[in-house]
Amino acid sequence: MTSAVSFQKVSRHFGSVRAVDAVDLDIEPGEFFAMLGPSGSGKTTCLRLIAGFEQPTAGSISIFGERAEGVPPYRRNVNTVFQDYALFPHLNVLDNVAYGLMVKGVGKPERQKAAEEALSLVRLPGYGARRPGQLSGGQRQRVALARALVNQPKVLLLDEPLGALDLKLRENMQDELKSLQKALGITFVFVTHDQGEALSMADRVAVFNDGKIMQIGTPEDIYQRPRTRFVADFVGSSNVLPPDFVQRYSGQHRWGSLRPESIRVGRGAKGDGVAARLVSTNYLGATTRLALDADGLRLHAIVPAGTAVPEEGEAVVLTFNREHLHLMDEPA
Amino acid sequence: MRSDRGPSAPLRLKIAAACGLLFLHLPILLIFVYAFTTEEKSFVWPPPGLTTQWFAVTWNRPDVWEALSLSVRVAAISTAIALVLGTLCAAAVSQTRFFGRETISLLVILPIALPGIITGIALRSAFSLADIPFSFWTIVLGHATFCVVVVYNNAVARFRRTSGSMIEASMDLGADGFQTFRHVVLPNIATALLAGGMLAFALSFDEVIVTTFTAGQQQTVPIWMLEELIRPRQRPVTNVVAMVVVLVTLLPILLAYYLTRDGDQIAGSGK
Repeated sequence: MTSAVSFQKVSRHFGSVRAVDAVDLDIEPGEFFAMLGPSGSGKTTCLRLIAGFEQPTAGSISIFGERAEGVPPYRRNVNTVFQDYALFPHLNVLDNVAYGLMVKGVGKPERQKAAEEALSLVRLPGYGARRPGQLSGGQRQRVALARALVNQPKVLLLDEPLGALDLKLRENMQDELKSLQKALGITFVFVTHDQGEALSMADRVAVFNDGKIMQIGTPEDIYQRPRTRFVADFVGSSNVLPPDFVQRYSGQHRWGSLRPESIRVGRGAKGDGVAARLVSTNYLGATTRLALDADGLRLHAIVPAGTAVPEEGEAVVLTFNREHLHLMDEPA
Repeated sequence: MRSDRGPSAPLRLKIAAACGLLFLHLPILLIFVYAFTTEEKSFVWPPPGLTTQWFAVTWNRPDVWEALSLSVRVAAISTAIALVLGTLCAAAVSQTRFFGRETISLLVILPIALPGIITGIALRSAFSLADIPFSFWTIVLGHATFCVVVVYNNAVARFRRTSGSMIEASMDLGADGFQTFRHVVLPNIATALLAGGMLAFALSFDEVIVTTFTAGQQQTVPIWMLEELIRPRQRPVTNVVAMVVVLVTLLPILLAYYLTRDGDQIAGSGK
């Protein structure tokens, strides 16, 4: 089967900066794919390479089997939802949504009908006469979504689509985007720096750092079985354990990761486990996050709310199930 | 601006403000009054009598019409050149990054900061060095140097306030460069261009210094007026023309002011 988007050794360098460095990537048709990484990790440049706003310095990109290098954005069957939505302030909502059809020469009644339908799809029917300036942030985002979808793209690109929304709205939009993607069957590629968003929405996640993909996998893969220290740390702030520590428990001299929720915290200075001192506690509502110091090694544990928590500064014993200790590929 | 919201200004401040305004505008009113005087050899206050005959006299003087026509043509063509060059330059400086961008931006603004006499002398020596005879086009060229600045300043401010991703969005939605310019860029900068263009027109219309250095025997309206002041007869004709010039330049400037003010709401990004 042809990939929806395929990168072969794609690089994009800006002067001496390797924004994207020899990236290989295959995105399946109909997939909800997330590009996750800190700012400057190359994820947005990858998105722009797919959209056609950037051209690769080296390597080749194909979209549904067709070579994309040198093809300008307006000849690609790919549409983008921009981070700042980029709605046209001088056009009303309906004309904004119909813009893509207008420049393709679709007749007025036809394109307005299609735009109305797209607005209903994003649950904004009847908003066509308004100006973008009169809409809330969430509504603008829906308009941007409708404006992209009305062109029936093969791939929809979303650049930090939920970044500008408040928490409640963001959660609603996450659900909505996901069901929309299922209903339409279009390949969605979205860029985010929020690991929670990536894990909850995507079928597969690519974790970026320094212009390279650190790991590609299902959210569960990425979360449970990080391959490098960076992935373990960035995705869900796992505890990264040094090789010497790991050797004591697994017999192997390798970097390990341990999820904060896998650590049990017991009172007292003795017992079979890791002796540590409780540095601080953070109440997070459903859980409490504990910062621990095990002989110079900083660890974090997350315990459910309601668990009796020792005093700060108290000596504690940490235990964990050895199966939860994940050994990483990264060489020691 | 909204003094009605704050506490009322003290009386002395009001008087000072009134004096300032009178100082600025009374001489202009004086010129208007002299356009109606019956005394033609010198300006006498108070005017011995009032008449509207000078309007008819002005209307029938071919030299007035020649000067006016030259000024309008020069202003129109300089403005047209400035609109094209200024917009292109503003687009390049605000939308892209390249080596020497800041320098170019400074060099474009420089002609308006330079005294007109420097620009004039420089152009004059350049023209004579290149053996270009003084003509209509040398005046246009001289005026275009500062008209470009005005258009550039207006356009660059608008470009900066316009979200750059809008152009990408348009391309993304299938519009090529020309369609994007027509449907997205132009509507968003139109009022800024209109304002800049009108300002440029007004500046060109009453420009004296650069014109004296770049014009041959031809007279634009301001040059004609300077010459006319030396002539002993029909002096109020100058005042009639002055009134027309004030109206011709004031109206576009007022309009430009209103257009750029309203532009604040139009140019906001999609955010």
